[in-house]
Amino acid sequence: MIKIWSMKKNEDAATKKKPKTSAAQIRVQKDLTELDLPSTMKTHFPDPIDLLNFMLTITPDEGQMLLLPHAHDQYLNFLLLGMYKGGAFTFSFAINTNYPHDPPKVKCTQTIYHPNVDLEGNVCLNILREDWKPVLNLNSVMVGLQYLFLEPNADDPLNKEAAQEMSKNRDQFLHNVKSSMRGSSIKGVQYDKVLA
Amino acid sequence: MAFSQCDHDWEGRYYHIDQILDAPGPRTDEGFMAGDGVKDFLRNQSKILVIGAGGLGCEILANLALTGFKDIHVIDMDTIDISNLNRQFLFRQKDVAEFIMNRVPGVKVTPYFGKIQDKDDDYYLQFNLVICGLDSIEARRWINATLVNLVDPENPESLKPLIDGGTEGFKGQARVILPTITSCYECSLDMLNKPTAFPICTIANTPRLPEHCIEWASVLEWPRVYGDKKMDTDNPDDITWLYTIAAARAKEFKIEGVTWSLTQGVVKNIIPAIASTNAIIAASCCNEAFKIATSSAAYLNNYFMLIGTEGIYSYTFEHEKKKNCPVCGGDAVSLAVKPDMTLEELIEMLTERQDIQIKNPSLSTPTKQLYLRAPPQLEEATRPNLLKTVSELIPGGGEVTVTAGTLPFSLSLDITFT
Ligand SMILES: [Zn+2]
Repeated sequence: MIKIWSMKKNEDAATKKKPKTSAAQIRVQKDLTELDLPSTMKTHFPDPIDLLNFMLTITPDEGQMLLLPHAHDQYLNFLLLGMYKGGAFTFSFAINTNYPHDPPKVKCTQTIYHPNVDLEGNVCLNILREDWKPVLNLNSVMVGLQYLFLEPNADDPLNKEAAQEMSKNRDQFLHNVKSSMRGSSIKGVQYDKVLA
Repeated sequence: MAFSQCDHDWEGRYYHIDQILDAPGPRTDEGFMAGDGVKDFLRNQSKILVIGAGGLGCEILANLALTGFKDIHVIDMDTIDISNLNRQFLFRQKDVAEFIMNRVPGVKVTPYFGKIQDKDDDYYLQFNLVICGLDSIEARRWINATLVNLVDPENPESLKPLIDGGTEGFKGQARVILPTITSCYECSLDMLNKPTAFPICTIANTPRLPEHCIEWASVLEWPRVYGDKKMDTDNPDDITWLYTIAAARAKEFKIEGVTWSLTQGVVKNIIPAIASTNAIIAASCCNEAFKIATSSAAYLNNYFMLIGTEGIYSYTFEHEKKKNCPVCGGDAVSLAVKPDMTLEELIEMLTERQDIQIKNPSLSTPTKQLYLRAPPQLEEATRPNLLKTVSELIPGGGEVTVTAGTLPFSLSLDITFT
């Protein structure tokens, strides 16, 4: 056999390296304890021993006016700012042992009226699927989710009705958002009451 | 002959290989024991472990046997699966060991059918070398971390070179990992091609490919119909259900090409395996195993890539170890503490140590959280531990993982009691 040990000695003779904690586990601990969330987001662990399964509640605020590029868009988006304010939206996070190679599985636990969330709670957020990378973390996912409530995107619809309404008739869309949050039904779909 | 020769070793059996082993060459290692010494090690002493007995694994076994390794163990993690049959030249996995032993007399192949996680450190310690021919990222991460953790500074024998081979269609790679010395599998995790994932809104609204229809069935329809019931991708009934749903969806959108086997391939993420790519990569892995075991020539340092998708191109480079690798990076510190020291005092001691420079650490053991700074609920749940003694929390001492924003990744403590 080659003499690997001599190479080892040159490197770091003194270090003892015996962790049995899995890389996924350490990474989740690191992600969670270094979360930097605005006051609009809170995590909840049904079982505080289990770091891999938890809930995130988002209570969106007005958002900011900074992101709007054109005057016309500014006016349109102004109408939409803070449209989900007053609601409390809960998402479940399930992380598997292949994290961060695999992204966390995220679902909305309520039936909500949102262009990018379907009635089963599936969420259309690129970093949850096609654009996930191991360098991203739980903080990026949570910030991404919150962004969906400040800037819903009618181009990537999962709730087609909502998306069409949003691009066609913003007043009606706003009205629908507000009444869905109170737990009414829209076009035959019963939405959950999500008022905080 | 000085070394015990097996009955099967006929005259001239190793004529070619012995020309390499009988005399040192310009690139041989200084520890090279030309002649009987090295032959004895290769043929009578070395013990090698192959993980995976699929297309790549079987090819590795055959190559090892033919280069003169005689004590070969193999862990076969695959469940019997029709989709595997056409990928393995040895046809049936059960036969692999038998087949090699019949074809290459004097070679002992010991198979184990089960998970790599079934085996403990002592099992892995018995081998000189480990070769992986797997398509599972999870299994590779596990064996990589296990071999890195196995390294004991007091025991040179605990350092087991890991040779990892992998293929994907016309592409493949072979690499040599010297645990704790070179870059490890985890170090290169972000280099991996990830399985193609389609945007969920494309799947839901504008399917164009048969794969979109299959993902629609598995990602959206399965949970809608079955709720929390887990899909078993090894169960043909589940695949048939998905296939039926996907085929109906494909018909609706006039998409061709949804078949039962494509459905299985997509949901199990089966990567097309090409026997000849497997042959190239298996051969590369086995040549490195041979060179490492015999020190007869310089070995791969440390990553060989084969790209056969656009003509043929190969590239060898040294992948660098990552300082913030959660498996081989980070520091490890041995700490001897008084048994009655509280967790709070331990944390205070850590933050005061100049050589560690840690702020606001969170601590856990492999089985439980000791103290987490955040989120508030977890801080509250673990706060009572601060007043408990370390010996109460980790009786007998052992490993504690520390994370903190000020650390590149994590710090591993080995706690003992004075
Ligand atoms: Zn590493």
